[in-house]
Amino acid sequence: MSSVAVNIDRGLTKRIIPCLDIKDGRTVKGTNFVDLRDAGDPVELGAFYAQQGADELVFLDITATVEKRKTLSELVNKISHHINIPFTVGGGIVSVEDVSVLLQNGADKISVNSAAFKRPALIRELEKDFGSQCVVLAIDTKKEADGEWYVYLNGGRVKTDTRCIDWAKEAVDLGAGEILLTSMNHDGTKQGFALDITKTLSAILPVPVIASGGGGNMQHFVDVFNEGAADAALAASIFHFKEIAIPDLKNYLHQQHIKVRI
Amino acid sequence: MESGLNSTPITTNQRLVIVKYNAGNIQSVLYALERIGVEALVTDDHAQIKAADKVIFPGVGEASSAMRYLNERGLSDVLKQLTQPVLGICLGMQLMCRHSEENDTTCLGIFDEPVKQFKPLDATIKVPQIGWNNIYQLKTNLFAHLKEESYCYFVHGYYAATGGHTIATTDYVHPYSAALHKNNFYGVQFHPEKSATVGEQILKNFISLI
Repeated sequence: MSSVAVNIDRGLTKRIIPCLDIKDGRTVKGTNFVDLRDAGDPVELGAFYAQQGADELVFLDITATVEKRKTLSELVNKISHHINIPFTVGGGIVSVEDVSVLLQNGADKISVNSAAFKRPALIRELEKDFGSQCVVLAIDTKKEADGEWYVYLNGGRVKTDTRCIDWAKEAVDLGAGEILLTSMNHDGTKQGFALDITKTLSAILPVPVIASGGGGNMQHFVDVFNEGAADAALAASIFHFKEIAIPDLKNYLHQQHIKVRI
Repeated sequence: MESGLNSTPITTNQRLVIVKYNAGNIQSVLYALERIGVEALVTDDHAQIKAADKVIFPGVGEASSAMRYLNERGLSDVLKQLTQPVLGICLGMQLMCRHSEENDTTCLGIFDEPVKQFKPLDATIKVPQIGWNNIYQLKTNLFAHLKEESYCYFVHGYYAATGGHTIATTDYVHPYSAALHKNNFYGVQFHPEKSATVGEQILKNFISLI
């Protein structure tokens, strides 16, 4: 390493993104934030992360019933009033109208998953109306016995015969501006991110790749940025349960010569 | 990191106008102003824009359709003739330049600096740039109280070259203008409304300009 002088003083940083699961307007996963008045309040938890140095936030609505959509748009409006960093909203988005409401209420980006796979033209429509910078394609993927990574739908319950790499390329051609890649093999294991598929996608796609699933310690984040070539890393429970504090993580990454905002 | 910045809201009785046109992200600017305690009017009314103490010209979108919209509604001339402080944000700043490579668009011509597309030679560099980057060589009171190398949030595939009006520089692929200034006109390529406490300070600084 000593022969390579890397100037990390200036330039684009790697991003750390906490993900908050939302149901009926409340954060779902239990947390042990004793210093928050109400850790179930997505606005307060999001503001806490922003203050801690999170670079962006993702709010994933798992309510996914039509009658609850209004709750989500009201929540998005509240979030955008209170949080001073960019945030993405995902979950149950199937149409241009869904996205229009969320963006009008202040979301910076939206993420689409199964609905875009079932009707890829949705990505083109969103790109045309709102620009690719706000269209994040989320892919849940799993490595099968044949060594290939396949796309899964409906929160990982439905397998498809499409390779992750093929769908990612098609989606970017259609106008997706970022890929949020979740490895089902790694999600929840805390054994580290899926470095191989992350690196493969990052190398072939002209858009940023956000790695998700498996981050369990600070070295895992170093690995996903260095070996996985990820542009951003997303995690949920390790932040919610304070297993890793964002300022500590960023200091560690900085010490490892990874450019982060500190 | 940003502990030196003043987190208290500011008070002002200025009339602040955000220019309404066919570009996104206008609400985000309105909310960011609310967070620092400032009310603003979102309007495309010529008289209201001319009468404002300060004008913010935000925007996320595509240059040619934005310019067509502004020209058709006479907003181009209104904007060019303003004499109060004006702050262009992202696409707003690019539209204040003379020309954009984005669909070969003639823009407002306030700043001479041309707007070009990022063309990285290294295929691993992603376009558009999305994320946090440093701003440096900071000039004017728009950046009062801010440290060199402060981080701001950028989302863009086109950039304004550096030139005589550059008041902040940033690096992606190569150095380019993070901010421009000429007379009463200011423009920032990044999004102060999404740049945490650094962005809030820049908005406060703009409101404090005389």
